[in-house]
Parts: sequence; C-alpha cells; structure tokens
Amino acid sequence: MGAHHVSDLTVKPIAVEMTNISKRFGGVHALRDVSVTVRSGEIHALLGENGAGKSTILKILRGVQAPDGGSIAIGDEAFERLTPQLARQKGIGMIFQEMSLVPTLTVAQNVFLASEPLTGAGLIDDNAMQRRSAGIFASMGVSINPAAIVSDLSTGQQQLTEIAKALSQNAAVLVLDEPTSALTAGEVDILFDLLRRLRAEGKAIVYVSHRMDEIFRIADHATVLRDGRLIDSRPITDYTLTTLIADIMGKETRDLSEFTTASTAQDEVILRVENLSSKLRHGGNVSFSLRRGEVLGIAGLLGAGRSRLARMLFGLEPIAGGTITLRGHTTAIGSPQQATELGLALVPEDRRRQGLVLAHSIQRNIELPILKRLGSTPFVDQPKSRAATDELIKRLAIKVASREAPANSLSGGNQQKIVIGKWLATDPDILILDEPTAGIDIGSKGEVLRLVRELAAQGKSIIFISSELVELMAVSDRIAVMSGGRLVETIDKSDLLNSTGEATDLRAEQKLQLIVQQGGKHV
Amino acid sequence: MSDTTAMSERRETPLGYFKRTWRQNIIYIGFAVVFLFFALTLHDKGFLTPNNILNIARQTAMIAVMAVAMTLVLSSGEIDLSVGAVAGLASVTTAMAVAWGGLPAGIAAGIMTGVTVGLINGFLSTRLMIPTFLTTLAMMGIAKGTAMWVSGTAAIPVLDRTYPAIFGGGNIGAIPTLLLWMLVIGVIGHIVLRRTKFGRQVLAVGGNVVAARYSGINTGRIKLWVIVISAVTASLAGMLYAGRLQTGRFQLGEGDELSVIAAVVLGGTSLFGGKGTVVGSIIGALMIGVINNGLILMGLEYSQQLIARGGIIILAVALSQAGTRPA
Repeated sequence: MGAHHVSDLTVKPIAVEMTNISKRFGGVHALRDVSVTVRSGEIHALLGENGAGKSTILKILRGVQAPDGGSIAIGDEAFERLTPQLARQKGIGMIFQEMSLVPTLTVAQNVFLASEPLTGAGLIDDNAMQRRSAGIFASMGVSINPAAIVSDLSTGQQQLTEIAKALSQNAAVLVLDEPTSALTAGEVDILFDLLRRLRAEGKAIVYVSHRMDEIFRIADHATVLRDGRLIDSRPITDYTLTTLIADIMGKETRDLSEFTTASTAQDEVILRVENLSSKLRHGGNVSFSLRRGEVLGIAGLLGAGRSRLARMLFGLEPIAGGTITLRGHTTAIGSPQQATELGLALVPEDRRRQGLVLAHSIQRNIELPILKRLGSTPFVDQPKSRAATDELIKRLAIKVASREAPANSLSGGNQQKIVIGKWLATDPDILILDEPTAGIDIGSKGEVLRLVRELAAQGKSIIFISSELVELMAVSDRIAVMSGGRLVETIDKSDLLNSTGEATDLRAEQKLQLIVQQGGKHV
Repeated sequence: MSDTTAMSERRETPLGYFKRTWRQNIIYIGFAVVFLFFALTLHDKGFLTPNNILNIARQTAMIAVMAVAMTLVLSSGEIDLSVGAVAGLASVTTAMAVAWGGLPAGIAAGIMTGVTVGLINGFLSTRLMIPTFLTTLAMMGIAKGTAMWVSGTAAIPVLDRTYPAIFGGGNIGAIPTLLLWMLVIGVIGHIVLRRTKFGRQVLAVGGNVVAARYSGINTGRIKLWVIVISAVTASLAGMLYAGRLQTGRFQLGEGDELSVIAAVVLGGTSLFGGKGTVVGSIIGALMIGVINNGLILMGLEYSQQLIARGGIIILAVALSQAGTRPA
C-alpha cells in the first residue's frame, strides 16, 4: 500500500517546492533548512505545535516575509523571495483564519474586491460580478447567494466565500489555516467535500490544523515541523494518531518539572459547577469542582468552549442553566463587578484587548480592579495606589523604567505580568488564567508557572486554561478536557504519569494530547 | 514586540522627554505665542488693558465651563453635540421660572433641564446603544425646538435683581462672577478627572471599554454619568448666559458645541478617548477667546475673522493631535 502511494505521488506534478528555507528573528531560528514539496491534486497537512514555524513558512509562501536562505519554486519558476502581489499572481491563495471579508458588502462584491469586472463605460458591472460569483459557487458545489450581505452569513458560509475569492483569482495552491475552528460539524463536512472536489480538479491544498481527526480524514500527506526544523514529511497512511503525536511533540521532554510541586490542594471545595451551559452556545454542559489550593488545568482544542467557561464564571457571558456553588452557597454571577466581589479574578485570553488599557500607565492599569479599596472616599488614595503598584512590580519582577510607563511600551511577558498583577491586587480566592503564557518569552513563561504554584501553596485556587499540554502537565493537579462546549473528562495528573494500557510508551502530555484529540475517549 | 521593549526600557534623556511630550503641551506654548503676538502688535489698541482682559474672560466663561464637562465626555470616548442648544433651552426655562417663582425656581428649572436632557441622552446611548454622536445630534434639534416653542421664540427678560448678580452679570470686587464660575468649575473638573475614582473609570472606559468591563467597571453607568454631567453643565452655561444678558433666548449658545469641542481638542484631550486634561481645555477656551478678541481689535472684518480663526484652530489641533490617533 505504501509503495503504491509513493508511485502515485511521483506522477503528480509539483505545485510548490520550498527548498532549504531558513529564517531568523534576532537570535531565534524560526526556520532552519526546511524543505517542503506540495503537489497538485494533494491535500498537504502542515503540522506542528505553536512556535514550530508553521506560520513563518506560510508567511514566506504568501510573500509577507522574506526568507534568509533557500529558494521557492512555483511551477517551473524559481524565486529567492516572494512579494504578496507576486505570490497571488503565481496562484497562491490564502484562506485566512481571521476572516478577511468586508462584512457590509455582498458576497459577490467581496469575491471580486479590488478586481471588479467593469462595464464598457468603466463602471463596476454588478450583474457580471454576481453571475461569475454564482458560477464559482456552482463549480464548488455549494449554494450561497452572491447578493447576500456577508454579515448575514454563517461562519461556514463566510469561509466558503473566502475560498471562492481565492478561486476567482485562479489560485492553484490554496492555503487553509485552522479553517474549521469556528465551524459546526455539518459545515466541516461541506468544507471537506469541497476540498476533495478541488483536489480532484488538481488544486494543491495546504492544510494547517491542530485537529488530528481532521488530518486523518482529509489529508494525503503530512509535513511535521518542530522548533523550526523539518521532522518528517510522508504520506498520511504511514502514520497512526500515536506516531503522529509523537512526531509533533518530540521525543525529548521540555523540562518543566521544576515547576511541578506536590499538590497543595486542601479538602475544602471552594467552587462547584454543575451542568453549566451558555446562552450563546447550545449543547454546552460543564460540571467540575475546585478545591482550595488546587490547580485545575483545562485542556481542549480551539473552540472547545474553554474561554467561554471562563467568561461565564466571571459574569461576562449569560448563563442558560446550571448552578455555581461558591464556598457552599449557590450563587448567580451576573457581572464582573459581582464576580470580583465574590473573590474571583480573570486574566483574560487577549491581554491587549481585554486585559489592559494600553495607552495608560502601569499604575493606572493595576488600580482599576481595586479602585473601591483605594480609600473610602471618592478620591483615589495615591500613596496607597503607588505602594500597591510598586509592590506588584517587585513581586512579579516586572521590568519597567517606572510605574508611570505606558503599558504598550512593555514586552508581551511584562504586559501579561501587569494583567496578572492587577488581579493579584484584588487578593482573589479563585484565579482563572486563560492562556496566560501565549505569546510571551520563555523566561516569563517560567515565572508565570512558578507563580501559579506559589499561589496554590498560599491557598488560592487556580483554573489554568492552556493549549500547551506540557505546561498543563507541569502545573496542574487535575486536568479537565473540554470538547464541543462540554467538559468531557477530568483526569488526575498521577493517572497520566503512571497509567498502564496500550499507550504506555507515550509521555504523559502525549497521552493527554490523545485524549484531547479524541474528545475524551479514554486511551 | 521585544524590540520596542528594549527601546522603552532604556532611561530617557531630557531631550527625548521633550520630544515625546511637547505635543501634549503645545496648547500652553500656543497660548503664550498667540497672547504675546497680540500683546505686541495690539499694544496701542488696548489689548493688554485690565478691562479688555476681563472682557475676554467674560466672553469665554460659558465656553470654558462647557469645555470642562466636554473633557470628561471626550475622555470617556463619547461626544456631546447638544451642549449649545441645551444652554439655550436652559436660559429660556430659567428665565421663565424666575419670572414665575423667583430665584429658587429659576435655579431649579435650569438644573432640571440639564438632568432631564442628560438622562434622555444617556439612556438612549447606554441602554439602546445608539451612539452619542446621533443621540446628541438629534437632541440638538429637540432642545432648540423646545426652547423656541415654550418661549414662543421671544426673548424672556430676567427681572430679578439677585439672579444676574450670582449668574454672570455682576462683579465681586474687581473680579467678574463669570470668571469665578469658570475657575470653580475648572478646579472641580480638574480634581474629578485627576484625583477621583470616577475620573479614573472615565479614562479607563475611554481608553479601552472592553478592558474596563473585564476589570469590573460598570461601563454603562460611567457613560451615563458623564453624559448627565455634560448636560447639567451646559444648562449652567445657559443660566450664566441668562444672567449676563438678563434674558433667556433660544439663540443663546447656538453653535457653541463647535467652539467647546475645538477648545477641548486644542487643550490636548483625545477625540478618541482615554486621555484628557481639564486645565488644557480651559486654556483652549481662553485661546479661542483671545484670538476672537485680537482679531476684532486688529480691525478685521467678520468674514476675515472667521477665516483667520478657523486657520489658527486647524493648525493648533493638527499639532496637538498628531500622533495621538489609535493604532
């Protein structure tokens, strides 16, 4: 079967060949000598953890970044670097993770944005635009009304419109970056049917996803990157889920064991959540309990409902049903003000948008959640505020010239420390951290993890949401796995560390990855 | 991300500090330059006489008072286009109430006018989520129409003796009461914005409304308060107009919203929220007053005054707002 597959591939023409691509950012090698060959009529999965180099290689393919070394061949032309215009001209079509459509325009207007067909008089030919859009959708085998306004479409239909836009520009290579993270199961089926049809027409498709089940459903070939290096590139049939995860996550463990301490969980259950569901998403259902001094990790894929859970607990999102029991009392949390008064704190996912007033100083940011406690008068107790800020700067080792420095002048790691700091200032009993280490440097990551364990040892309870499973394993006492809005399984860390069974040769975080990928079915 | 860190975490030189902050303080430099220019060129025309200076203060007081509240409004990321019309309406309701029930009734009517308009603007914007640009634009017409209707478009005389003495007509010693009103409102506004929890919340809401909400601030309530404060302050300005001219008329305050917003933006407050200075706004209002006064003394015709004033304001705003647009 393997041999058959190989001979099959050799006849397929090469669409894009990237050879020995290297890219450095400062002292960091984002890519080292990476070679990828994408063939027409093939769905090519590009795999790797966050920071493995996937987005860098895609940016080079799109012409947004220039490689430091290597070459790119498209068809029979070779380039040292591409520009966005050149890439588009040569048939590279990018389907963005964050939609790049103008929501107020019609589908047809978006498909032909900036390349509108004109009438003889030089005006935009709306009829031709709609006719040609309809033609593209027909060839895609999907039914979308070209005259519909984009903001009225579902996420899945918007995604299909993006693809139509790329096809209208005669793209020969389609790049899809996490295309299914916001789609329903039905929409995913439609997308996959389309991708198979495009493959049959001879398009080359580069597919980036963290969802292994999708990779095995749709991809023909898998290329795995890790730490900027090419690990392997082979037909998907050569892989099993277990071997693919092993390739992606690597053999050697990144050593975060220094952050692992014995559990400091006490007996008292401080928070119990039962059958919690959101008004904004149907079918969700979450139950768990959290003890004083415990770190509960939450794992799951993009769109699993982890951030939604955090927002519901913090009064930012309406609750459809279920109960929240805090220190033995059933509580309704209707607003962040109320959540704060009840001793909850949320370090949100998007620190720049949700966590900070970027133009304001560190002190102003740290003051916000504790304004009520800064003196009993309407006036801000300045000395108290300064003291609180200075104490947090020192405690969290935030590197700043002064507390007056604006938040946007700091690095990601230091910004994150300010967001954590402003919530520590409220002295919460329960601290919810949503992807607290995303996009921050290694040193700051370590400090965040150490801080989490310190806080747990002081009797704080922590809910730690992260997509980095190594981190979750290091810092959590128990790990809850979410999938499709539901909390599907809660696992003791010790069970992952010394379980027996079919997958004993996997490391703990690889086992966890298997559970996350399979939506909770036990290994 | 990391390279900007390296830059900003270095210590700043005094020259660097000046380069970074001079635009924020351009209003003070600009005010000094304009004032000196008129002082030198119009010396023999009486620009510097105490009488003329106090006159400038009197003419500017209403704009300055409204500019204090507008500083809060813009700092919270909102706008209030109805202030001029609300001032006119309040001048009418106050004058009518004084005629009916004397001084206390007049004061109550003026304040209640502001509270009512503010609550309507505020609820429309914070509950129905209609942008303040639209609610206050509509309110501009409603307030003016109401003033014309209740007064029958006539001027309502204020015959009470005490009222003008308190609101804008009289002097205390050599100091016009209008100047005192401006100073008192200015000091209160400055303290509210700089020193109170409310002020911090206003700036946070204007700086990043999402982060403010995530920080446990009731962003709707803060905006409602700011809008009510603006309308009440506009009514106070209308009461001052009524006192100064001993008349309530719907035309009083007409077009003031533009001068007020220009003064606030000249002063260095961001049109996009999150950054504001009451002192700057008052200086901005005074600068507009000085320019108006100087251009008249220079003997420019009204048409020329309009053009010169517009040009100066555009120049000053361009300098003070450059680089403050959101990324």
